[in-house]
Amino acid sequence: MSILVDDDTRVVVQGITGGEGKFHAEQMMEYGTNVVAGAVPNRGGQEVAGVPVYDTVSQAVREEDADASVIFVPPAFAADAVFESLDSELDLAVAITEGIPTQDMSKVYKRLSEVDTRLIGPNCPGIITPGEAKLGILPGDIFSAGNVGLVSRSGTLTYQVVDNLTNRGLGQSTAIGIGGDPIIGTSFVDALSTFEDDPETDAVVMCGEIGGEDEEQAAEFIADNMDTPVAGFIAGRTAPPGKRMGHAGAIVSGSGTGTAESKIDALNDAGVPVGDTPEEVADNVEELL
Amino acid sequence: MKLHEYQAKSVFADAGIPTPDSQLAESTDEVLAAAESVGYPVAVKAQVQVGGRGKAGGIELVEDDEEAREAADSILGMDLKGYTVDRVLVEEAVDFVDELYVGVTMDRGEGKPVAMVSEKGGVDIESVAEEDPDAIAREHVDPAFGLQPYQARRAVYDAGIDREVASDVSSVLTTLFSLWDDRDASDTEINPLMVTSDGEVIAADAVMNIDEDALFRQSELAEMEEESYTDDLERKAGEYGFDYVRLEGDVGIIGNGAGLVMTTLDLVDYYGGEPANFLDVGGGAKADRIANALDMVFSDENVESVVFNIFGGITRGDEVAKGINNALEQFEEIPKPVVVRLAGTNAEEGMEILNADLVQVEQTLEEAVQRAVENAQEGDA
Repeated sequence: MSILVDDDTRVVVQGITGGEGKFHAEQMMEYGTNVVAGAVPNRGGQEVAGVPVYDTVSQAVREEDADASVIFVPPAFAADAVFESLDSELDLAVAITEGIPTQDMSKVYKRLSEVDTRLIGPNCPGIITPGEAKLGILPGDIFSAGNVGLVSRSGTLTYQVVDNLTNRGLGQSTAIGIGGDPIIGTSFVDALSTFEDDPETDAVVMCGEIGGEDEEQAAEFIADNMDTPVAGFIAGRTAPPGKRMGHAGAIVSGSGTGTAESKIDALNDAGVPVGDTPEEVADNVEELL
Repeated sequence: MKLHEYQAKSVFADAGIPTPDSQLAESTDEVLAAAESVGYPVAVKAQVQVGGRGKAGGIELVEDDEEAREAADSILGMDLKGYTVDRVLVEEAVDFVDELYVGVTMDRGEGKPVAMVSEKGGVDIESVAEEDPDAIAREHVDPAFGLQPYQARRAVYDAGIDREVASDVSSVLTTLFSLWDDRDASDTEINPLMVTSDGEVIAADAVMNIDEDALFRQSELAEMEEESYTDDLERKAGEYGFDYVRLEGDVGIIGNGAGLVMTTLDLVDYYGGEPANFLDVGGGAKADRIANALDMVFSDENVESVVFNIFGGITRGDEVAKGINNALEQFEEIPKPVVVRLAGTNAEEGMEILNADLVQVEQTLEEAVQRAVENAQEGDA
């Protein structure tokens, strides 16, 4: 079982004619994802990676019954691509693009509140239900099917933690990379609440990092609303205040909020064990199950 | 990207925000000439991007040529929290009766911009926010419509600003928001916004941080970027296009993906070492980029040991291995020991390609970090 995506999900790839779009469309199909179309302005009528390309997302929805999109569109045009997916009444849009200007995302975020589409990302590795489907760029072969849900702000950290889980036989129900930008579509709380409602997820791993207050809000949500146990990890304990550490969101303000310490304290207070290393996170999950 | 004070002030002035007369100077003679043209008294202000310049001796108020010469001699070339001062702003000293604060930033929790006004300017606004949050009036802005004039007025009245200057302050805030919006700023701030005895307002300091992801559509500001680097290694990282932060320790860290690199830093600390830097090569790095990353970290003279932690998704282990080989094969003797940990996409191919005579290979993240920390400690000994 899974949340949000499975082998019935019908995927349109926005930007499928670009190098990354094509490569990952093929990778997704190889994994078993039901990619039904591409959408690229002015490229309608072509065929890429064995699927038809349409000029607009709404054509792909009409002709191929697509219900989810994955966006591989360069930053300057990416917000427009997200708006298009939101206006096409998809259930799910996954924006992989890194480097979308924050002010563009602020406008997208406002629009998101007016539609029913769920947005994952941007600047994220995507979402995978092991053995069924992946929407994004995650390396499929490190995942294994199971009952541990995973939600993370960082792509490669997700891979590291999944590797630690898989190596000791802890399979995953669904893993979601929500992205490291200051403004993202799906938050920790959104993802955790979906895992809480999923009967096949028996424990959840949450990987956060410095910057913002999403982890603190998640801790509050866990304490008040979750029966499914959660194990945590927070990256950036050694980050100096005021410096941006790669992710646009990963900056410590210097005023006490958004630090690794405040996040770890909040999670501990909510009964969430926070590992010092990814290996310890796997230890904790084993104990929680 | 953070603009220098003089850069931000010129952007503000061009938009119609009142700023004091000022000139940039790079030598004592230029300081004297600038002071002459601006007119005494003047403030001589170090142009480096660190907070607390005044307390650290980087700002001096001078009345005449002699004092100006002394201030120039002491400030130019001084080390201010690790940065060498090579430019000062010589600025008309403003005679003020009150200091206010205005600013615009992104409230990431709300996903909306927020405009702020406070009567408590001239001090550290972060402490005001913490200790007396009600002293800052805030207006969240709909990103689709921008700051409306009534919102700017409401913020000004809510902040308790004197009626005599209320309309000028609200007009400064409106302009500041337009700048924030048009220039893709992440923050803009005037602290203090001085009120003179004549009832004029004037921006005595200027902060402007630009969203680097938006520089592609901000060509005028992108030209200022070159001047905004604060140290040689950061300049080099900018040229190579790396996310790089220099730190105090001696273990050089290279990895892919911000979260994983931060985790590697944290583990270095956890195992008793000290990170020398954060260097994220990003996704899909090819061999030449990997070689540049090694070059970058070897250029830091504090580095005693290097750890490479790659978990490939888009990034391919064989490309990483080629890059490491290319970089290290140039040396007769490897400058500092390099530990490599490769996992994920094409990691096995990478391990076969990797020249094992040049590096130390470890299988897990934990082992790689411990080895690198030991190497650094041996280097210190």
